[in-house]
Amino acid sequence: MLGRIVDELARREGPRILAGLIGRFGGNFDLAEDALQDAYERALAAWPSTGIPERPGAWLTTVAQRSALDRLRRLNRNAHDSDAILEQLAAEEPEPVDDGGLPDERLRLLFTCCHPAIAAPAQMALALRTLCGLSTREIARAFLEPEATTAQRLVRAKKKIAEAGIPYIVPSREELPDRLSAVLTAIYLVFNEGYSASEGESLVRPDLSGEAIRLARLLVSLLPDEPEALGILALMLLHDARRDARVEADGALVPLEEQDRSRWDGVKIAEGLGALDRAIAMRRRGPYQLQAAIAALHSKAATPASTDWPQIAALYGALHVMLPTAIVELNAAAAAAMVSGPEEGLAWIARVEAGGELAEYHLLPAARADLLRRAGRSREAETHYRRAIELARNPAERLYLERRLREVNGSPRNSAVDPAPHR
Amino acid sequence: MEYMILIYGDERAFGNVTEAQLKAMYQEYGTYTQDLIKSGVMRAGSELKPVATATTVRMRGGKVLSTDGPFAETKEQLGGYYLIDVPNLDEAVKWAAKCPGAKTGSIEVRPLNPHS
Repeated sequence: MLGRIVDELARREGPRILAGLIGRFGGNFDLAEDALQDAYERALAAWPSTGIPERPGAWLTTVAQRSALDRLRRLNRNAHDSDAILEQLAAEEPEPVDDGGLPDERLRLLFTCCHPAIAAPAQMALALRTLCGLSTREIARAFLEPEATTAQRLVRAKKKIAEAGIPYIVPSREELPDRLSAVLTAIYLVFNEGYSASEGESLVRPDLSGEAIRLARLLVSLLPDEPEALGILALMLLHDARRDARVEADGALVPLEEQDRSRWDGVKIAEGLGALDRAIAMRRRGPYQLQAAIAALHSKAATPASTDWPQIAALYGALHVMLPTAIVELNAAAAAAMVSGPEEGLAWIARVEAGGELAEYHLLPAARADLLRRAGRSREAETHYRRAIELARNPAERLYLERRLREVNGSPRNSAVDPAPHR
Repeated sequence: MEYMILIYGDERAFGNVTEAQLKAMYQEYGTYTQDLIKSGVMRAGSELKPVATATTVRMRGGKVLSTDGPFAETKEQLGGYYLIDVPNLDEAVKWAAKCPGAKTGSIEVRPLNPHS
């Protein structure tokens, strides 16, 4: 029981405490991680007799800080450094310099993780590790790479930060635009990890989505004239608005066309649409704005049938020009199918598959199976649903795919009847 | 923290440089060096003679082996360096970007290992 409480605390409070520790101990990631781990162990040992403290987060912070100091002392025979840090800790919380007036440890942590002197894949791994508290194994699975590769990336990145003197700051205003792209990528990765957890019991981890939205809001206040910062905020709000309608009581994913639209969060949608309008008014389009515009069109449709698919397909086309990835193309193909029929979409998906990039990606067979099902080609749909189920790692997505598989199994072979409602 | 600013460039390109261009380049380096000194970050620095003047030395089995030329043939060669003292990597990168050699060649920024 206590173990679960500490796990929950680690999930909710861990990244915030870690960010604070890294800030206070001169950007030393390893020291901060070890000290926080000590604090969890101390909690498990102490709380059964003392009871859980009133403010467990504050308790963990204090214990972790003390542990970090102990570790420093043991490391440094020469105690000068730790004495200096001890003095600093005894003083008031130091006023952070050069952060554009927004002292937020996690934003600082994010910019440090995304420093251009760190290789791009390592930036993202480090952001997921420190800001989301994901384990090395979880990150490896999210990136479809061996765990040893991820572990090595993390070790190298932390070493580079410490030894090359990468500063632990939010860059100055004039440097911010150049540093933005990596930070946006990381924020969106955090959001997606929360919106569609790559493993674990539940599909969504609202704590992570909420954190990504919070970071985007901070970024918008730092860079009010940057349309892509507004774009990503809009995109995440519009998606997050559908959170409650996205999962069934049994935990299965509910696809967009079957969601109860009355359960969408109107306040988040309004805020998302407002942010998107402000971004578009700046007349500098970018991939996050385009994706937000697509999400906005879905949000504005009262029923699935009234969705403006031609406009969505056109936006995906524009997005694919800016972001020519196989995943964008797969979405473009699915949107094209809604305009010109499943056969068109299937032909396009075959071309995406030939590219070979998405060989292990469950949404490729899933998208193909959906189109085959709509075209009434149940037997073929069955094969591809099975393949998708094999590749899907999230239980909620698997449950949805299994339901579809039962539907195509139960329907008459090669009938032209579409079993899905609202089509 | 102390950083080495290592300036790499294609030496062969110098063969085609006019007298005037060469003068302009040295003037640029002069200004850059003055900026480093005025900002109080300059510790040391110099241009190096071409790799043709290099001698590579190895000690093997108690014998000194000297060979003509650099230790490795590369497309761009180390042509000069600065040693600067700045608070962090971002500051070092800013100075590296201002170095005249950054426009044509590559600048490697390396922190000194303070324990050695």
